Amino acid sequence: MSEETLAAPAPVTGWQKFKQSHLYYSFVSSKVAMVSFAVFAVYVVLAILAPLIAPYNPYDLAMLDIMDSEIPPVWQPDGEDRFFLGTDAQGRDMLSTILYGTRISLMIGICAVILQAFIGIVVGLCAGYFGGKIDNLLMRIADIQLSFSTLMVAIVVLAVFQAAFGAERYSELALPMLILVIGIAEWPQYARTVRATVLAEKHKEYVDAARVMGFRPMRIMVRHILPNSLSPILVISTVQVANAIISEASLSFLGLGMPVSEPSLGSLISSGFDYIFSGSWWITTIPAIVLVLLVLVMNLLGDWLRDVLNPKLNKG
Amino acid sequence: MALLEVKNLEVQFALRNGALTALRDVSFSLERGDRLGIVGESGAGKSVAAFAILNLISKPGSISNGEVLFEGQDLSKISAEALRDIRGNKISMIFQDPMMTLNPVLTIGDQMVECLQAHRNISSSDARAIALQKLQQVQIPSPDKRLDAYPHELSGGMRQRVIIAIALLLDPAIIIADEPTTALDVTIQAEIMELLISLCEFNNVGLILITHDLGVVSQVTQRTIVMYAGRIIEQGPTREIINDAQHPYTQGLINALPQQTIPGQRLNQIRGSMPSLDAIPNGCAFNPRCDYTLDACFTQLPSYVRSGGCSVACHMVAQQQADLNHD
Repeated sequence: MSEETLAAPAPVTGWQKFKQSHLYYSFVSSKVAMVSFAVFAVYVVLAILAPLIAPYNPYDLAMLDIMDSEIPPVWQPDGEDRFFLGTDAQGRDMLSTILYGTRISLMIGICAVILQAFIGIVVGLCAGYFGGKIDNLLMRIADIQLSFSTLMVAIVVLAVFQAAFGAERYSELALPMLILVIGIAEWPQYARTVRATVLAEKHKEYVDAARVMGFRPMRIMVRHILPNSLSPILVISTVQVANAIISEASLSFLGLGMPVSEPSLGSLISSGFDYIFSGSWWITTIPAIVLVLLVLVMNLLGDWLRDVLNPKLNKG
Repeated sequence: MALLEVKNLEVQFALRNGALTALRDVSFSLERGDRLGIVGESGAGKSVAAFAILNLISKPGSISNGEVLFEGQDLSKISAEALRDIRGNKISMIFQDPMMTLNPVLTIGDQMVECLQAHRNISSSDARAIALQKLQQVQIPSPDKRLDAYPHELSGGMRQRVIIAIALLLDPAIIIADEPTTALDVTIQAEIMELLISLCEFNNVGLILITHDLGVVSQVTQRTIVMYAGRIIEQGPTREIINDAQHPYTQGLINALPQQTIPGQRLNQIRGSMPSLDAIPNGCAFNPRCDYTLDACFTQLPSYVRSGGCSVACHMVAQQQADLNHD
């Protein structure tokens, strides 16, 4: 019995298994992926540790000294050692503000994507699995949602919210509101992708086998079809986080995002924009570079992941 | 009352330009421990029949007529909840392609435990113990290690063994095996078939074996159904059908076996191919390919006549019997 002589796999830990995987191999052999991941990891670590690393607390208004305003970065002739990346118009240390801003931007990006993914996966699974009228209804709702641009929906909702609750209350609720608005505006991306994969997966024999075993539709969807549809979800997630961060930055730039007292990268860019012609270029430019780099590495990672997880591009 | 009794089963697929009848007037019965073979060309309705028994025909298809009585319950009419209780639990199914039937992202053990817990109220460790025991029954070496293996880590033959173990997991009364060995190579085929038969015998399970392979049917089944274009054309004890087929189509199938040919000669074949379901000829569906056509074959659907232990749907056989009685 030749088949029986197949060597039993030695018990391996999860990490060893991962090191033998195709994913790890392609990661190690792709410089772009490694650099992007390293940069992204630095961002995440800095964002998480911001309160520990940042030399100042930008939220503490008592620490601000208006005399420190618009000091250029340290390598400029007027730069001071106290403020490595200079200060903004209110005398806030740019380095600290950027660290805290990155934290807020990443948080909004990731939370909004979790919300998008949750709504999108539920809708996509139901639409794909049940088909027929449910599919039609859900996908038409998604189409309608897609026909409004994300920014338009967000601007309308946030503007109404701001008008209704006043700027005071708004600045308290800006973070959850942004997550909610961006999350809801972009779920059809997920729903469409998930539905397409579910349509492909549900005709495979293991799904028939699961139905023959008498499993409930819910169990078949969540435990059998969903795990087999994860790779496209993973790919769009990386790109969607980058998109959500950009959306938040755009909204903040338009004055509908994070308030100036708790700036995200977008609101920093926006607040510095007023001073760019008065020579204080660093207030806008430095957060902009930080934002662009963050979005760039996320997109590069997404591209790499898409190539790795696409079996059609898999040579050898 | 038989364990499983299928009566006048009809399955239709609703298409844009009218309904397509994929299965018509199918009746048979099965007792515990019986082995029934269903043979026919691709597209004859064998797999549709299997899915219809479990009421698993997915849209746009549906059971349009007839009943499937299992232990007295009509599976085509009972609630989805009651049906789930029977699927996998009382009637389980083995599919053709072992590469596709197991979920690629769950370990063998997870899948087996899941099946057990879906139907019985038992702890994970008890379920694992039962899974282990079933894997031993299907003669998988070092079954305790296999429980934590993923399907892609096993060979095709091993996977089919695992699938048989899963089918036996809940001690079903009936196993429907839809071409269980087609995707395996010939040496493994024989092993797997032998294993399946011995386990069915050991556990007193009724087996419905769907296959193209008359050789397999003749070796392992007691009764045989021959299907053509969605209809049963001949049904009876396997030995009678193999040794003395009545229907010209069954005769053609048997003559087409390579063993029936004298070395050096061309293989026998049935000319033409099966009509597609939307273009079934009037009268007997087999008439364009039949050498013995009578006038009635082109106008009337043949009804079943008894011939020995078999029932046959053929005008020619009916005519012969009438002639015999007349003499």
